[in-house]
Amino acid sequence: MRNDSEFIAEFQTKFSRMNCSLMEVCGTHTNVIRKAGIPQLLPKGIRLLSGPGCPVCVTGSGYIEQSVQLSKNQEVIIVTFGDLLKVPGNTCTLNEARAAGGRIKVVYSPLDAVEIAENSPGQEVVFLGVGFETTAPVIALAVKEALRKGIRNFSVHPALKVLNPAMKALLKDPELSINGLIAPGHLSVITGAKSFAFLPEDFGLPTVITGFRVEEIWLGLTALLNQIKKGCATLENMYPQAVSPEGNQPAQRLIREVFTPEDTEWRGLGMVPGSGLGLSESYRNFDARVRFQLGPATSNEPPGCLCGPILLGKSVPNQCPHFGRSCTPEHPVGPCMVSSEGTCAADFYYGKIGVNK
Amino acid sequence: MCLAIPGEVMRIEGTKGEVNFLGACRLVNLSLVPEVKAGDYVLVHAGCAIQIVPPLEAQETLKLFGEILQEEI
Repeated sequence: MRNDSEFIAEFQTKFSRMNCSLMEVCGTHTNVIRKAGIPQLLPKGIRLLSGPGCPVCVTGSGYIEQSVQLSKNQEVIIVTFGDLLKVPGNTCTLNEARAAGGRIKVVYSPLDAVEIAENSPGQEVVFLGVGFETTAPVIALAVKEALRKGIRNFSVHPALKVLNPAMKALLKDPELSINGLIAPGHLSVITGAKSFAFLPEDFGLPTVITGFRVEEIWLGLTALLNQIKKGCATLENMYPQAVSPEGNQPAQRLIREVFTPEDTEWRGLGMVPGSGLGLSESYRNFDARVRFQLGPATSNEPPGCLCGPILLGKSVPNQCPHFGRSCTPEHPVGPCMVSSEGTCAADFYYGKIGVNK
Repeated sequence: MCLAIPGEVMRIEGTKGEVNFLGACRLVNLSLVPEVKAGDYVLVHAGCAIQIVPPLEAQETLKLFGEILQEEI
């Protein structure tokens, strides 16, 4: 990835007097932006904040703890995406639970979890359903596949979230002031560009949807700053190759069929009504919380950990007492350091780019 | 994690397809892109195609995500 130095010089001149905060909420954007050193190349008055768009990062430690406890059941096989393994629960990580004898398998796709259930009769396979609207339809497909094949030893422990209710909660927070938003690129493939129209319309927030190339992000930032300069607020879809206005209709139908909205806890935001997805009534017997009679999860955040405020853009990683000391990707204290999309991990790996130029 | 990677659909078998990501082939669920044809490029997330994308876009993104592809596949 390279930066076009002429473009950047022009950008820096044109926007040198701006004083504003821009937010991106997609973990992949966080990673690409920091890897390219973009924050260090912006004029001083422009702050780039990372929002709560990394599903691993916004999952509370209580959910991980419930999964750890489930893994101690000799008849249970926990199946999960890899990036959940190092996230601290209240007592330990899933990695540590695995080292202690828990059966925990990593898959690339929830559909693989159904296959594992099919090949493991007599064992209960529990898939840890973490993700946003991008992942929800794939988990829905897995549940329907299990139903179709009559696989009864499969269930999902849901931690699925829907972004828009959290965005509204964020924008109503008096401590937070955002002047422009880079909306997620792949989540909007599913939900459609129109799903973000409420941001300029109801909140007066300039919003762009961009892809993941460095050039696209620079163009997105330019579009946002131009809007702010002109004092207007519109939604610009700068990723039409992948994002249509209406989104992926079969995926949206699947989500409505298999899941139902519920209230759920977000690290940093607390309880956000209607922001979670549980199994709908017809699919309730695939809900691991019902099958294993799990109560509500309670999360214990580690003392001093600033993941919560960092996820809302209220703090930056190097303000956290643990960052780079007790908290590194090798031994993370909070989830923002665990996921490759987390703000702290991104700053840890790429934070020094551009500083010594 | 919401990362989606583009690949070329080589062959379709019912609701699944053989998708080629820079030489590494994987069976991918195509239920969410019912209009897909062999030769199309699709964005794939967690084993499932979520969108059909133009070939040029896909090829450029594939070059870009070369490193991440090694880990994902």
